[in-house]
Amino acid sequence: MANIPAELRYTKDHEWAKQEGGRIRVGITHFAQEQLGDVVFVELPKAGARATAKKAFGVVESVKAVSDLFAPLSGEVVEVNDALAKAPETVNGDPYGKGWMIVIAPSAPREWDGLLTASQYEEFLAQSGP
Amino acid sequence: MAMPRYDKLVFEIGAPGRVGYSLPASDVPVEDPRAGIPDSYLRREAPALPEVSEFDVVRHYSRLSQLNYGVDTHFYPLGSCTMKYNPKLNETMARLPGFARLHPLTPPASAQGALGLMHDLAQMLGEIAGMDAVSLQPAAGAQGELAGVLMIRAFHRANGEKRTKVLVPDSAHGTNPASTALAGYQVVQLKSLANGDVDLADLEAHLAPDVAAFMITQPNTLGLFEQRILEITDLCHARGVQVYMDGANLNAILGITRPGDLGFDVCHFNLHKTFTTPHGGGGPGAGPVGVKSHLEPFLPAPVVVRRGEAYALDWKRPKSIGKLQAFWGNFGMLVRAYTYIRTMGPDGLREVSENAVLNANYIMARLAKDYDVAAPGPCMHECVLSARKQKKLGVTAMDIAKRLLDLGFYAPSTYFPLIVEEALMIEPTETESKETLDAFCDAMIQIAREAEQSPAVIHEAPVTTSVRRLDQTRAAREPDLRWAPRR
Repeated sequence: MANIPAELRYTKDHEWAKQEGGRIRVGITHFAQEQLGDVVFVELPKAGARATAKKAFGVVESVKAVSDLFAPLSGEVVEVNDALAKAPETVNGDPYGKGWMIVIAPSAPREWDGLLTASQYEEFLAQSGP
Repeated sequence: MAMPRYDKLVFEIGAPGRVGYSLPASDVPVEDPRAGIPDSYLRREAPALPEVSEFDVVRHYSRLSQLNYGVDTHFYPLGSCTMKYNPKLNETMARLPGFARLHPLTPPASAQGALGLMHDLAQMLGEIAGMDAVSLQPAAGAQGELAGVLMIRAFHRANGEKRTKVLVPDSAHGTNPASTALAGYQVVQLKSLANGDVDLADLEAHLAPDVAAFMITQPNTLGLFEQRILEITDLCHARGVQVYMDGANLNAILGITRPGDLGFDVCHFNLHKTFTTPHGGGGPGAGPVGVKSHLEPFLPAPVVVRRGEAYALDWKRPKSIGKLQAFWGNFGMLVRAYTYIRTMGPDGLREVSENAVLNANYIMARLAKDYDVAAPGPCMHECVLSARKQKKLGVTAMDIAKRLLDLGFYAPSTYFPLIVEEALMIEPTETESKETLDAFCDAMIQIAREAEQSPAVIHEAPVTTSVRRLDQTRAAREPDLRWAPRR
């Protein structure tokens, strides 16, 4: 059932984080986009903004609900996926690929170690329902 | 040629040059506008107004009016909205010329009847909710929330305290975090237990010295009475935290218990839910807010007061959060709510809640076999079902809602509360007969069977409505919000 790439790390708020040579690419998981349903709007920060671990960095709106997006790590937002403004459906179609949201240059790289591994996230999903 | 259809705008019917008026020839000299108006204020071309005859207009709007869908035509079990019958006596009273034709700026000496009604309504609402003072100004529940949170802010400031956060559960109505943020507070979301109850240990952990208020709905949004409410309000008060009750679910507890007795400091009333004033287009709404005596100095000004035998508007309220609304609130709604309360009386209001709770439990009991119940009952005035069983068959809560339209019912609230998967939130109200409840349950059970045997009929729904299933995703992604003239 689960589409949880092994090489990524995860949050309990259903964001994924990917190591890219010291920088961290961030998006929402397959499970998150499935629960949200059709994504209709994504609000992201501007490049240069500060992200703080566990605090909201943006908003995703679907036909069902509006949810905050939480940063997995603290740091500076160095890249933003502006394509999502015109094509929010990418988040549904390719959550781990073209549906990425921001790239963070982490200020406390060791926060990575506090994130869930793929197997921990899978276990978390199994425990919390649906 | 086909007749003009309802789905055209008035701009799109008619013909160039057609008019619905005939004016006599002017008997005064006609001035060229350019003679008296500066060039920069003159438009270059005529506005693209509709060009229609009187008959076009009458037919267009009569057709639109036939598409109205409301409590006067259909069962409307929209959870959290209390879509009950609005007695026509309310309308008669609101149309009495002494109320309907009264100018809001009439000097108080000449508006004693209206002021007396406002004074007495505030007193009655205070008695119903166990609150010491009530402001009738807020125009809707959300504005009542804003007024309540602003009063809490003013109270803490007056005590020299700096508190910056408000706690709101994840099961809350969306207006709670919105009004709180608008009042300048940081919203902290608390996780609820599976049955929608407050997690007391988690609440206690969050009750820091910078928390101004805790805002909850009672009964909660799963339609269950928060059993440990007295512990919750005590816990909050011990930390100097004010407790706000979202009054959206007041229809469950009229005459049975009172927010003030449960320890709440503030609560709002939705007159358009609990007290039979119209919703939506028939509105406007009205969201009076009640407070305990320690918050009374902060009420929105002016406050209607009684001085001897006369009523007056008291503006001398130095601690007031200020005026919230044009004139004195949505006065016509106040007349309707007053009429309702006086018609029902205290015993009648208690019966309202008893029957509202009975009706919701009847629906829950009849549907519990075919749908998952979000939390074990009995429930209060509404029940929350989950379509998770149907979702496994490829039928979502949204599909069920659409199919209900075909079967002649308005849909329940869907996907709320957010903590229930595939939520269907059903609030029948006390004004529906057993026959209507049975017909609705029969339709729901039929849909559960269709989900197992013939899901295509659900996926195609609705087919009997004036428009078929709308593409809500495209509507949200490419909103087309206004008509643009075709040049």
